[in-house]
Amino acid sequence: MFAAENGLRGDPRLQVISEAIRVVPDFPKPGIMFQDITTLMADHKAFKHTVDIFVERYRDMDISVVAGVEARGFMFGPSIALAIGAKFVPLRKAGKLPGEVISESYVLEYGTDCLEMHVGAVQLAERALIIDDLVATGGTLFAAIGLLERAGAEVVECACVIGLPEVKGKFRVNGKRLYVLVEPRQIDDCC
Amino acid sequence: MISVQLSVAPLPAMIAFSPAVVESSLHQRLLSAARPATCTRNHLLKQNRFTGDSLRISTRSRTRSRSRSQQAPFTNCFSGDQGAARMDSQEDRIAKIASTIRVIPDFPKPGIMFQDITTLLLEPKAFKDTIDLFVERYKGKNISVVAGVEARGFIFGPPIALAIGAKFVPLRKPNKLPGEVISEEYSLEYGTDVMEMHIGAVEAGERAIVMDDLVATGGTLCTAVKLLERVGVRVVECACVIELPELKGRDRLGDIPLFVLVKAAGI
Repeated sequence: MFAAENGLRGDPRLQVISEAIRVVPDFPKPGIMFQDITTLMADHKAFKHTVDIFVERYRDMDISVVAGVEARGFMFGPSIALAIGAKFVPLRKAGKLPGEVISESYVLEYGTDCLEMHVGAVQLAERALIIDDLVATGGTLFAAIGLLERAGAEVVECACVIGLPEVKGKFRVNGKRLYVLVEPRQIDDCC
Repeated sequence: MISVQLSVAPLPAMIAFSPAVVESSLHQRLLSAARPATCTRNHLLKQNRFTGDSLRISTRSRTRSRSRSQQAPFTNCFSGDQGAARMDSQEDRIAKIASTIRVIPDFPKPGIMFQDITTLLLEPKAFKDTIDLFVERYKGKNISVVAGVEARGFIFGPPIALAIGAKFVPLRKPNKLPGEVISEEYSLEYGTDVMEMHIGAVEAGERAIVMDDLVATGGTLCTAVKLLERVGVRVVECACVIELPELKGRDRLGDIPLFVLVKAAGI
């Protein structure tokens, strides 16, 4: 669900966040309007609003794990984890984590990729939040949910800063609640 | 069972804290000055670098991982600017942080003792203390940029940036950043790699710190410094959780100060 549909309608912070995101046309390939959050992180006020909104939502949900998807999930997840007193668990591409891992494959437009998590990072019945910068098809989140559930955690919600049109009107991705702050910007919106 | 043996050094080591106090007040002036004199800064750093007490800490196996978890001896490397009054509390925090770092032998290849910070991230208090120690050092020093090196620099950099009121700028592997970039090539053991930064992310005259989880040879940090300096940013300091002193990254950084929380043997 979008934040504006879930208690934050009219919250001026959402507009500040949206306007801080830069659209880069035709990246990584023609036809894609890439939602660039680096400009958001360069805007201290907007970045703080982003983290604050997630923290306000999750601080009383008894969440002990924030799992962030490499690499842009790393930019948001730790700040949220620190503020709500949860551990941060990085979910990484194959071969990056040094210890024993569990792996989950997921489908890309062409081919497949793989997400890994350290064995022992989460305990049975821990309540987990998954963070990424953007959700499109939900394929990456699907793999992340798989990893956490295989380790015995309960995925309370998936949270993303941006949600592509495919998820508008949807409250769940693959059975798990989804919470998104803003829709993608169009190129016309940008100054 | 965890057994923690603190070998407290005798009195001479306590005297070693005094230079840290002297250094800290001078260093504080340097951090807040717009253009510190390079030669003065070098002199101070050489004179006042110290390592604190040695800690030998044995750990329980933290996970079900097949790999042996063991701790190389860590040394405290506190050169904070809060003075002697808070020394105990900061030392306690650093000792705890050091104890949460897992060492994985032979990763990514035989002979390397990999310093795994993911176990630190599993301890909310230790993770918070890590961030707090950097924030205490850099808050109020007119630092407007925290640049983080992909990918583990992305874990520590943003919380620090948020707390000190700075922007966070990711320094990434090639072709990840979508906009126009500047690139800097650097050497690896075998071959080269490239680091990129968005054009327009930073402005000339801004004061920056560069953040990464660990410094070994210093190659990555030097590349990051070059990228920032090319666009007129002043890199005030490089900051890492862990240093592997044997690999001499500190020397390679030369003029640029390096601040770390713990030192470890990496090989």
